[in-house]
Amino acid sequence: MTDDRKGAAAGASGGTPARRASPSGAAGGTPAPKLALEGIEKSFGALKANDGVTFAVAAGTVHSILGENGAGKSTLMNILYGLYQPDSGRILIDGREVRITDPRAALEHGIGMVHQHFMLVPTLTVVENVVLGMKGQGLRLPVREHAARLAELSASFGFDIDPHEPVAQLPIGKQQRVEILKLLYNNADILILDEPTSVLTPTETEPFFDVLRRLKASGKTILFITHKLEEVMAIADTVTVMQLGRVKTTVRTADTNPVKLAREMVGRDVIFQVRRTAHATGDTMLEIDRVSAASDRGLPALDAVSLSVRAGEVFGIAGVDGNGQRELAEVIAGLQPVTAGTIRVGGVDINTASVSERAHDLGIAYVPEDRHRDGLVLSHSVAQNMMLRSYNRPPFARYGFHDAGAIRRHAETLVKAYDIRLQSIDQEIRYLSGGNQQKVILARELEGSPRVVVAAQATKGLDVGAIEFVQKQILEQRDRGVAVLYISTELEHLMDIADRIGVMFRGRLTGVMRIEEATSESLGLLMAGVEAA
Amino acid sequence: MAQVVRLLFALKSVWAVLAALVCGSFLIMLAGSDPIAAYTALFHGAFVDYWGFAATLVKTCPLLLAGLAVVLPLRAGLFNIGGEGQIYIGALFATIVALYVPELPGPIHIALASIAGAIGGALWALLPAILKAYQRINEIIVTLLMNFVALHFVSFVVSGPMMEEGAPYPYSPEIPLGLFLPHILPRTDAHLGVVIAVVFALILYVVFRRGVAGYTLSTVGENPHAARYAGMSVERHIIVSFLVAGAFAGLAGTFEVLGHRYRLFHAFSQGYGYDGIVVAFLANLNPLFAIVSALFLAGLRSGANVMQRAVGVQVTVVEAIQGLVIIFVAISLAFRYRAGAVGQFLARRAAVEAALDKPGGDGAALDKPGAGGAAP
Repeated sequence: MTDDRKGAAAGASGGTPARRASPSGAAGGTPAPKLALEGIEKSFGALKANDGVTFAVAAGTVHSILGENGAGKSTLMNILYGLYQPDSGRILIDGREVRITDPRAALEHGIGMVHQHFMLVPTLTVVENVVLGMKGQGLRLPVREHAARLAELSASFGFDIDPHEPVAQLPIGKQQRVEILKLLYNNADILILDEPTSVLTPTETEPFFDVLRRLKASGKTILFITHKLEEVMAIADTVTVMQLGRVKTTVRTADTNPVKLAREMVGRDVIFQVRRTAHATGDTMLEIDRVSAASDRGLPALDAVSLSVRAGEVFGIAGVDGNGQRELAEVIAGLQPVTAGTIRVGGVDINTASVSERAHDLGIAYVPEDRHRDGLVLSHSVAQNMMLRSYNRPPFARYGFHDAGAIRRHAETLVKAYDIRLQSIDQEIRYLSGGNQQKVILARELEGSPRVVVAAQATKGLDVGAIEFVQKQILEQRDRGVAVLYISTELEHLMDIADRIGVMFRGRLTGVMRIEEATSESLGLLMAGVEAA
Repeated sequence: MAQVVRLLFALKSVWAVLAALVCGSFLIMLAGSDPIAAYTALFHGAFVDYWGFAATLVKTCPLLLAGLAVVLPLRAGLFNIGGEGQIYIGALFATIVALYVPELPGPIHIALASIAGAIGGALWALLPAILKAYQRINEIIVTLLMNFVALHFVSFVVSGPMMEEGAPYPYSPEIPLGLFLPHILPRTDAHLGVVIAVVFALILYVVFRRGVAGYTLSTVGENPHAARYAGMSVERHIIVSFLVAGAFAGLAGTFEVLGHRYRLFHAFSQGYGYDGIVVAFLANLNPLFAIVSALFLAGLRSGANVMQRAVGVQVTVVEAIQGLVIIFVAISLAFRYRAGAVGQFLARRAAVEAALDKPGGDGAALDKPGAGGAAP
């Protein structure tokens, strides 16, 4: 993941010299861009979250920042909003360099941000929320005068918001408009919208885009952060694709298409590297039958997904992050309930089985997508993490107490078997490298001879050696006759090891195909939401 | 070097106490006395003198149990400020069993009353636990407010339905002689309750170190997402840890009645429940150290009178020193923000809250600004 692939990037983007492309194009003189970033760098410890980020945005346009989770989008926006200070680099507004020390300074420079989680006080009315935090009003909130002006402003953008209505009574879509109204009322003319559609239902999205178009028409500049390709194509004039903290490219949406963008975002050109060997597949082991589920926010995330994986088969799930992959993995592991449909393992309905019944009695191993959030307890020792999923079973637990000897011996055996590099099994697991942490999870999940393995983004953030190790382990399981569901956003890795591939898009599984039929183009189209012919 | 630094950090509670004593010595000098003589009298009276030590043990019992009632839920990132209320309700339940259940053989009746007291405390902790687990209502506020309900409810009961006839002051009739807890030091007030409290502290220590429950509790506290992934129920841990904590506090109240006062008095607890918080933090949330910190705080209280008689320093100075201990312990928390068990508490809290958001997620988006990733 850290290897240099400038060549691939240039090839993939069709050679558009991104940085020099003037977004405002046809204008006679070349006015300074509304906002320009030059060489923004920001590191968190060893992690370079932003690495030489440079691009410009013309006034009165919608500019999209596209990238997967962890690409550095949020860091960049937090720098613009004054929450972080860049290590180096310059920010220019209307051609003048500015220093944004905090969010108030950002607003003084006309930069406002709508966060993913709204910053509204639910019990207060719209106008109270807007007036709250405004400068220089002493102890009294002159609500009445503000309300009139706010209603006027709201009407001028066609917002249809009653200033006196309590925010808690507004639907999410309107609350979002209140957030925008708040910025407009404070004279912001660069609006940063952080994944604004993630809280909206599909039917709320189109009216929201109308709002953006009206804002654009009135001369506002909009930075639209997203990882959804189709939204970029629908609303943005220009788009900057980020990957691993760097700008991959900046292009006009008119000059690109979803397939190109998907390729830029996902990474490199796909190089076929056939490691698949002939292997026998058995009967259907894992069966997902019209399963639906809701996301953490309660929005529909899985929509009647059906698939089946046979023993000895690797079923790959491709797709841009956030299209229901996490929920698919979690319903199988039992961490999330299904709202409809049935999951069967070996022909048995497992809908009502608990997390630990699935892990132990049904033999479902689960390598979660976010190992720090779900897979490990970072402040616990390596040995303790090795028994996380069997903490209440013999030989680790007897009569309600842990057998420290058994826990240690177990950990030592796995450390040897999986060649995990560490100082001691008693050290906190947070001090292991990402690759070794992932080995701990794999060791723990695979040791019990599972029948089904669900691996989500198992190679994310790992170096080449660790990626190979993970893939080798997965293939070994397959050869043992395990049914593997392998979820990844990295097409190349998927095509390396999957026997069949399906693409998740907006909670639906589309275009399941055999690996021999799959090409990066056909998958890329599906990932962008274009149905295959 | 790192070892030395770690040791200095580990002993932070000791530094806090020393700092409080040094500041206190200035107060004693202001009061016109010799600090050395005053402290000598205080600690001699609290720990060396036979009767003084017995008085210290009497106070250690409720302080230690109240301390454990704070230590346990904190493992899972939960703050039980409700020890005081749980003490009152526990004492009430125990007194009811002691007074109104037909008299049984002493040990059996004592056991019955103690169990009733533990159940009373646990029930008083159950409501905030349920509200926390299923509705995400802040347990700090609920437990705190329920303290006042309990205090005034007991006051009402002992000045009305359960009041001793003709009593000059709100208290219940005396419990039968057979229910008096045995004394552990001859000719003193020191009763069996303190032994039971120490046994519970030791059990809790072993469970934290080796028990499956200790492991799951800390997993829930450290990373509730991983706890769910391991098949643990975050909600159940919240409820069970509060139930047990409430039982500890309920026993504190029970033993005050059965071992020390032999009646249920109005406002008898004098803030033992709140002092339990100091005991817990002074002990760095370690049940073993909680024994020491409870003894120390009990000693301060019982030695105060001795000091007043010996060198003529007002008891209020000792109260000031106690306040200083709290301040310095609070200050020392700032230094363990990254390293120690107490420092991670806030992070655990945040994590538990986030995990509770997960199912349902009803309208939670409004009230948690920017909970999302701080990193890129």
